[in-house]
Amino acid sequence: MEVIRQNAGAGTPAKAPSEFRSRQLSARSMIRGDLEGAELEKYVEDRIMFTTLDKAVKWARGNSMYPMSFGLACCAIEWMGHVAARVDTARFGFEAARASPRQADIMFISGRVSIKMAPIVRRLYDQMLEPKFSIAMGACASSMGVFNNYAIVPADKFMPIDVHVPGCPPRPEALQHGILKLRQMVLDDPTLGWRERYGAVGTEEIVPADGQETAVNVFDEEDVTRA
Amino acid sequence: MPDATGLELLAQELRDTDADAVVATEHFRGAAVIEIEPSKVTWVLQRLKAKGFTMLMSVHGVDYYPEEPRLGVHYELLDMKEVDRVRVKLRVPTDAPQVPSVTPEWPTADHQEREVFDMFGVVFEGHPELRRILMPEDYEGHPQRRDFPVGGEPILFTYNDARGTDYTQ
Amino acid sequence: MSGTLSTQRTAADEVVFETPGQQINDRDPEQELLTINFGPHHPATHGVLRLLTTLEGEIIRDTKPIIGYVHTGIEKTMEDKNYWKAIPVVERMDYLAYFFNAYAFCGAVETLLELEIPKRAQYLRVIHMELMRINSHLLWLLTSALDLGAISMFWYGYRERDSILDLFEMSTGARMHTRYFQVGGVAEDIPVGWAENCRKFTKGMRDRLGQYRAILDKNEIFIQRLRHIGAVPADRLLELGVTGPLLRAAGVPWDLRKAAPYCSYEDFDFKIPVGTDGDNYDRYAVRIAEIDQSCDIIDQALDGLPEGPYVADDRKVVLPPRHELATSMEALIHHFKLVTEGFRVPPGEVYFPIEGPRGEYGMFLRSDGSSKPARAHMRDPSFVNLQAFPDMVRDTYIADFIATLAMLDPILGGIDR
Repeated sequence: MEVIRQNAGAGTPAKAPSEFRSRQLSARSMIRGDLEGAELEKYVEDRIMFTTLDKAVKWARGNSMYPMSFGLACCAIEWMGHVAARVDTARFGFEAARASPRQADIMFISGRVSIKMAPIVRRLYDQMLEPKFSIAMGACASSMGVFNNYAIVPADKFMPIDVHVPGCPPRPEALQHGILKLRQMVLDDPTLGWRERYGAVGTEEIVPADGQETAVNVFDEEDVTRA
Repeated sequence: MPDATGLELLAQELRDTDADAVVATEHFRGAAVIEIEPSKVTWVLQRLKAKGFTMLMSVHGVDYYPEEPRLGVHYELLDMKEVDRVRVKLRVPTDAPQVPSVTPEWPTADHQEREVFDMFGVVFEGHPELRRILMPEDYEGHPQRRDFPVGGEPILFTYNDARGTDYTQ
Repeated sequence: MSGTLSTQRTAADEVVFETPGQQINDRDPEQELLTINFGPHHPATHGVLRLLTTLEGEIIRDTKPIIGYVHTGIEKTMEDKNYWKAIPVVERMDYLAYFFNAYAFCGAVETLLELEIPKRAQYLRVIHMELMRINSHLLWLLTSALDLGAISMFWYGYRERDSILDLFEMSTGARMHTRYFQVGGVAEDIPVGWAENCRKFTKGMRDRLGQYRAILDKNEIFIQRLRHIGAVPADRLLELGVTGPLLRAAGVPWDLRKAAPYCSYEDFDFKIPVGTDGDNYDRYAVRIAEIDQSCDIIDQALDGLPEGPYVADDRKVVLPPRHELATSMEALIHHFKLVTEGFRVPPGEVYFPIEGPRGEYGMFLRSDGSSKPARAHMRDPSFVNLQAFPDMVRDTYIADFIATLAMLDPILGGIDR
């Protein structure tokens, strides 16, 4: 804080009231009902935020995601570490971990997915309601990780992943960084992500046309017009 | 650990009862190992239990490929009072991998024998429920045999991105 | 409310209905058994454990654990890597006891090589292992308290866990799976100030442990949920091969650190907490007391930490220090050989048991003379302890089932490997 000493009576102009003070004064006038006309309009404009319903919904969605924590192996310990007090995800709204997939928005695949577990993970992911997101936490879930062998499956093979967080296990801060990236994605445009990147292969809708069922890729313009 | 003489005395006792039970003895790095005939495993372990080795700590399998007989099963026994350990091992070939199960007398061997069956294919006769424990029930093959490939997937980089994640193909 | 229930149905239990629905109500109670699935995805199972449970009302009649949902083929992967590179792989087996996994493996290799470990390395290993034990018991405490409803314990205890992980990061460079234990000693010496931080930690840990005890030890709810529940007689536990705090809670004072000391544990003066009843409360009390004893061991080890090399001298097995690579040709050659091919271990088989937080970790290692292990198997304590679980929960309520599962402390990474 800077202390400026000025000689008051030496011809210096009176210091203009600071921003905060002028807002205080205009608020006081508003409460007293003293603002009229242009002043009143400016007061109201300063304080109203215009947005679209989309953006408001995305803002709400991004700030209140319920993880369905899928604590499989070592990464689950670091997931717990980022829910704990040091890197507190509750500040971002991510702490209410729902056990039921029906109530969860985001699935953290934290740990190695074995071939016995993969269909179960897929079934749980399918049971989640749209819009749903997924984070592959750690090296084993993103790629095969340390163990490149017969027993495990990278999560990309059977379900779409939005964010991969590398690490073995990723530090809680790294996981938080990944979550914030996901949150940014949600706030900007949720359709950006794996669907855009991979041309949504594998998520074609079955559309009955001419008595036959054709598969239409709804993210591909030509496909839609063709059907 | 019983020292070398103790081991020989132990083996001699077993041989006194059944001449061809003990195939070999070995004293390596301070540990005593008795190799036995596979069919004699139940009474050998009972005998050792009577001598004080009351805890079966571990049952695990080894694949001695390319030496025959290929599949080995090791039993780690512990004597809590004397703090002594002895290992009993047996070897079976892949075309006749039957070994009597010790689960009825040693309940700790239940899951461990299932694991040896799952990973190596050793069939334990008399086991109450011999099915796969770690791999999916319908898995084919015995993964920890030496001639089973390690497996794995090629890592997905950007150049093989498009081919890689399409699991419908 | 207690966990002891009579399993015999006497004649007095036969109820005679005189209402029109009598034929429905008359059904044999045996037919009312319901078989349901706990897990593999369940908030209360500590990892992906599937428990097929047969219930009669709310009483568990039988349970069957089904495992394999996180089987990673670690033992097979280890056969593919040379002894140095297998250490990070073996650490990931029981992911809450990574130093113990690594020490079991390194100890087995050192036994095969007949390599002597310098005293300082042994003491450093002991300090890290005891910190790991505290870490593991703390996480057990937090998640168990979470299961039983004492949710705030999670955040309280994570303070200490984060402190321990900070200590690990300071000495080894990583929070988890640190690759710190090497064949021949440890990877690096501890930095300046680490011993002081460690002492501050143990002092704080004792205070905090007192606080946790104040919350939980005489808590009415805790006692009601844990006392007299899940007890299995000691001889049954011995039959099932159970070791560790579960066995000690049942009254058997078996701890490998005292019975067959390894790695300089004989230099330290500590006690083994032993319970009396073997019920869930004793399991809790034994583990809490073990945290206290581990703090003692760490303090004694720090006090007596000898000067000297932190890793063995044998350049055929241990990497030479970095600064020597610039000056010595032999060091460069050794380094090259060790990093590319690795050292060869004389052929043989060895079983190296140590006492970890859950029981006996026994590493079976077979070497065929090459630079890669021919068979590496970990006798994991959780794998064997899980066989005692059906005995523990027979004829208890579902709530007791959850509490007993928490007190069993299974770590699925070790169970499935």
